[in-house]
Amino acid sequence: MKTESPEGERGETTPSKPRGASEPDTRLVERRGGDWPLVAALRLIQFGPGVILAALLLVMSVLSPFFLTGENLQNLGTQSAIVAALALGQLLVIIARGIDASMAAVLAFAAVFPAALLDDPSRHGAIFIGLALATGLAAGVLNGGLIVLGRIPQPLIVTLATLGIVGGVSLVVSGGRQVIGLPPVLSSTLANDTVGPVPAQVVVLLIVAGCMYMFLAKSRWGRWIYAIGGNPEAASRLGIPVGRVTFSVYVLSGVCAAVAGLFFAAQTNAAVPTAGNAYLLDAITAVVIGGASLFGGRGTVMGALVGALILGTIRNGLSLLNVEPFWQTVAIGCVVLVALELDVLRGMLENRLRVSRATEH
Amino acid sequence: MNDAAMVLEVRGARKSFGYVRALRGVDLALHEGEILALLGDNGAGKSTLIKAVSGVHPLDEGEIFVGGERASIKSSADARGMGIETVYQDLAMFDNLDVPANFFVGREPTRPSKLGSLGFLRERQMVQTWKERAASLGISIPNPRQTIGLMSGGQRQSVAVARAIAFADRVVILDEPTAALGLRESAQVLELVRKLPDHGVSVLLISHNMEHVQRVAHRAVVLRQGEVVGEAVPSPDTHEALVQMIMGAQGVNGEPQLRSTSKRGK
Repeated sequence: MKTESPEGERGETTPSKPRGASEPDTRLVERRGGDWPLVAALRLIQFGPGVILAALLLVMSVLSPFFLTGENLQNLGTQSAIVAALALGQLLVIIARGIDASMAAVLAFAAVFPAALLDDPSRHGAIFIGLALATGLAAGVLNGGLIVLGRIPQPLIVTLATLGIVGGVSLVVSGGRQVIGLPPVLSSTLANDTVGPVPAQVVVLLIVAGCMYMFLAKSRWGRWIYAIGGNPEAASRLGIPVGRVTFSVYVLSGVCAAVAGLFFAAQTNAAVPTAGNAYLLDAITAVVIGGASLFGGRGTVMGALVGALILGTIRNGLSLLNVEPFWQTVAIGCVVLVALELDVLRGMLENRLRVSRATEH
Repeated sequence: MNDAAMVLEVRGARKSFGYVRALRGVDLALHEGEILALLGDNGAGKSTLIKAVSGVHPLDEGEIFVGGERASIKSSADARGMGIETVYQDLAMFDNLDVPANFFVGREPTRPSKLGSLGFLRERQMVQTWKERAASLGISIPNPRQTIGLMSGGQRQSVAVARAIAFADRVVILDEPTAALGLRESAQVLELVRKLPDHGVSVLLISHNMEHVQRVAHRAVVLRQGEVVGEAVPSPDTHEALVQMIMGAQGVNGEPQLRSTSKRGK
């Protein structure tokens, strides 16, 4: 670690030590460690979603005596589970610098298609679930294929197109009608069973989230998703299979949408072709509120779950407080804008930190 | 110097882009353990030459020898396979990842090996390997688990160079490694470059900064309008002559006048 030149050394140098010819050395000593306000602000933004959630939970429990009841918390959990499943898939895509706007339509189609295909859907639990997941996967293959193989550079437009296509096909195959009566494994086990006090859907969701965490944060493929989001050109120059990784995030996003679709079907005991209408922007919103960056390369499973819970808490709390439901979208829209602004602010703070460190070292 | 074996040799390199003749028969030899600076004004052919060696643009005519054997370099993967890595000006770094992640990116160690790219990262091993590397190269980064986007240009460039030599066993090409750096950071990076021959790699250095070249390079070759116009051991004594070769002021008809200085060795 020893270097002959004083420039190679850091913090420990004393002001009296000789330095390179034209450099003023006194200012350097003053600056050392002077970046702590920037570091603190960045930390605050990093933990922002957790702070927002805690504040929301606190406010709601003060404002409404029902908020902290077991029944309401179970409600909050199952409502949030749908959004969380969507958010987990969206998270992968957004980290890889893409976006999947089609998830809401896939959510509906994943239940509608098996219901239309099977003569009596209520009798085939395993087949129904398998078909639903395969449907989500197929939708993901379509998105990924168009973006990677079709080389269409705007994922937003591609997935808006598939949003329309898949949503339309849902209406076509169902004739616009919902199919009531699903297999008991959904309508009874998944919808009503609990593990201790925890609803089954929340348990399933947590298992999916755990797998997603291991995949995204611990595996090499997951690391490559972050690398592509951080610098796609460099990723490909360094031998990362950018096309295959990008394809895979859209496929997994489709599967996650199908999981959300199964949750929705379980809760309503029906395959509803318009099920996605209420969730159009929820996935993206939850991921962004949860601290992921729409510029790519950032975001965590924990953040996405927290984002989904924030969304759920706002909805649940506002309805407990008898606020007109019309206000929900207003409130959520405002939270999204705050989250986006925080993302921009984070970028600016990081830039200033980098500049201050460049002059320091 | 000239006794050392040649690790990279280019003979009669020619390359045209349409009507522009970027290289008009360039010969270049890089010896083992040598730091060779490639000098020249913008458009002199430096970039075209290193792009040929690193596999970005194949040559129209001419031969490349790596380790004494004729090499066919058609892609950057070919170049990498022969132990030649390039560090580009635009720093191929991942601002959202930490230092060990940037160091290993694309070749992360995993287990179990059966799972391939779905296997789990060996984070502890990655951090450990980075620390050993950094220590042996004299790179000082106090907190390597921080994302590299928060680090100074000098630290980022150091990681880029460390990554290149970790996977190159013969030649590292550095394209303007100090162009975007301040004084202190340049000094850091130059110190690192100077140590590279101790780690068994030869260096082809492109730089516009004559002072930096004098500080690290054993020999400098000057390109002008796609031809080699001279070479010298860079030092304050040859500074003026090298600058004149770059500008084309010395030697009417582009006749080189300082070729013999290379015999001085170092």
